[in-house]
Amino acid sequence: MKLSREEVLHIALLARLGLTETEVNRLSEQLSNILENFEALQQVDTSGVPPTAQSIPLQNVVSEDKVIPCLPQDQILANAPRRDGGFFRVKAVLE
Amino acid sequence: MTIHEAHRLLKNKQLSSVELTKACLEHIHQVEPKVHALVTTTDELALKQARKADELLAAGDANPLTGIPVLIKDNICTRGTRTTCSSKMLENFVPPYNAAVVERLNDCGAVILGKANMDEFAMGSSTENSALFTTHNPWDLSRVPGGSSGGSAAAVAAGEAIYALGSDTGGSIRQPAGFCSVTGLKPTYGRVSRYGLVAFASSLDQIGPLTQDVTDCALVLNAIADYDSRDSTSVPYPIPDYTQCLNADLNGLRIGVPKEYFVEGMQAEVERAIRTAINKLEGLGARVNWEVSLPHTPYALAVYYIIAPSEASANLARYDGVKYGFSYQDTDSMWEAMEKTRQYGFGAEVKRRIMLGTYALSAGYYDAYYLKAQKVRTLIRQEFDQAFEKFDALVTPTSPTVPFKIGEKVDDPLQMYLSDVCTLPINIAGLPAISIPAGFADGLPIGMQIIAKPFAEETILKIAYAYQQATDWHKRKPEV
Repeated sequence: MKLSREEVLHIALLARLGLTETEVNRLSEQLSNILENFEALQQVDTSGVPPTAQSIPLQNVVSEDKVIPCLPQDQILANAPRRDGGFFRVKAVLE
Repeated sequence: MTIHEAHRLLKNKQLSSVELTKACLEHIHQVEPKVHALVTTTDELALKQARKADELLAAGDANPLTGIPVLIKDNICTRGTRTTCSSKMLENFVPPYNAAVVERLNDCGAVILGKANMDEFAMGSSTENSALFTTHNPWDLSRVPGGSSGGSAAAVAAGEAIYALGSDTGGSIRQPAGFCSVTGLKPTYGRVSRYGLVAFASSLDQIGPLTQDVTDCALVLNAIADYDSRDSTSVPYPIPDYTQCLNADLNGLRIGVPKEYFVEGMQAEVERAIRTAINKLEGLGARVNWEVSLPHTPYALAVYYIIAPSEASANLARYDGVKYGFSYQDTDSMWEAMEKTRQYGFGAEVKRRIMLGTYALSAGYYDAYYLKAQKVRTLIRQEFDQAFEKFDALVTPTSPTVPFKIGEKVDDPLQMYLSDVCTLPINIAGLPAISIPAGFADGLPIGMQIIAKPFAEETILKIAYAYQQATDWHKRKPEV
């Protein structure tokens, strides 16, 4: 399963991951190599086998919808790269 | 000095927590130039906690962990103390809250000495993927301590702390425990709260102890195992006193040895040591069956390296430079800011796994990769379930080789992934497993893995305890 340059760039776009030219080439090779090794998985007969998402028998775990104290705004904003009063300052979303 | 030995001395007032803490801090400053296990040391905070612990001890309000110095892997949130995940992305991130396990340790009056180095975002098997620096194995400084909890394992081996916490997604507690000759336990998935553990693969991650012996392991598990409503995968099952099972009576215990774990390319000395160790268990009264087969084991590598990166690609999507962490600012474009933040904030292995995961989940490939892997995951789990109908525990090597040289596998990701073949299946199935010291080859540690069915940590601890009563590999210390 050889990944083309276009595919690598497409995946990088989905993941919002900037890549240098060297990284694109290296990843194309490494990912192709890794995926080739995983082709063996196709041999396994999984007809009628349900997928496992997680290994414990819990389902629909919900919490009570009640108001409880939460972290104060200042603490939440303490790690903000850019802040404006009580807001996270971000780049313009719309042009 | 183990937790239980230190506790006795503390209770009898032969030692104070402040003295013990100062001794550890001094030792840290002595060996760190060679081992490089720690990202952050919190000397002042530790001494403050030690003084408080001494008060608790004086008041007769102590428990086994009170006043005992511990190190925390740097992907576990510690309020007010930098938690970096050994990544440039979080190099200056200071959590505003404590992880559940840190709350538990604080409740016990523990003394936190600092944060341990790791592979970046827990992705790796050698701690060489740390974006900060590499940790060196105290048994041979030119070799890796294993990963991703390499800092935690090395620090315990080198005596920098009495015990440590690590996390395990594909072997990240057990493999470094094996490589550093310490005891490392991955509890059953859901046994220990993941609240405050920086997520890598949500269906695989677990926090666990790295200790000098099995008794210590049981003591720490007692403290950190608990139901937590803030972790929706935390199970509300009762927690036993894990020290109650620690007796050396293995009579009638049925042990299975799955053939597939003695992989091709396995080091001869490792195989020999493990076979000798299993024979020892037989000598202690266990009934050993050497002919167990778990035929889907060879597929575990592919299953893991599809599922884990897929979950990681989702979990690491939050690192976008908006609310915390590294943030690239030199642009007006929102998308460019995010893409460059992630380009410069993440290391090579992290990028590789995000790419793999994104691909496996993308339209057109989801069925062939992610869904397929989840179905094979069911088969792997079913195989284990069937085995545990006939056996109380399965025993295998922890890793096919002794610790390798720093730099040996960095250029070949697949080779690096192969060092986890014995540990990966356990996370896929959500089972508990331990690695304990089982010998040495040319002075390099060999670990033995004991696996049990879900929530049967007591079986594991019992077998491990019996082995440690009859051997003294775990008492050997490296000369740093």
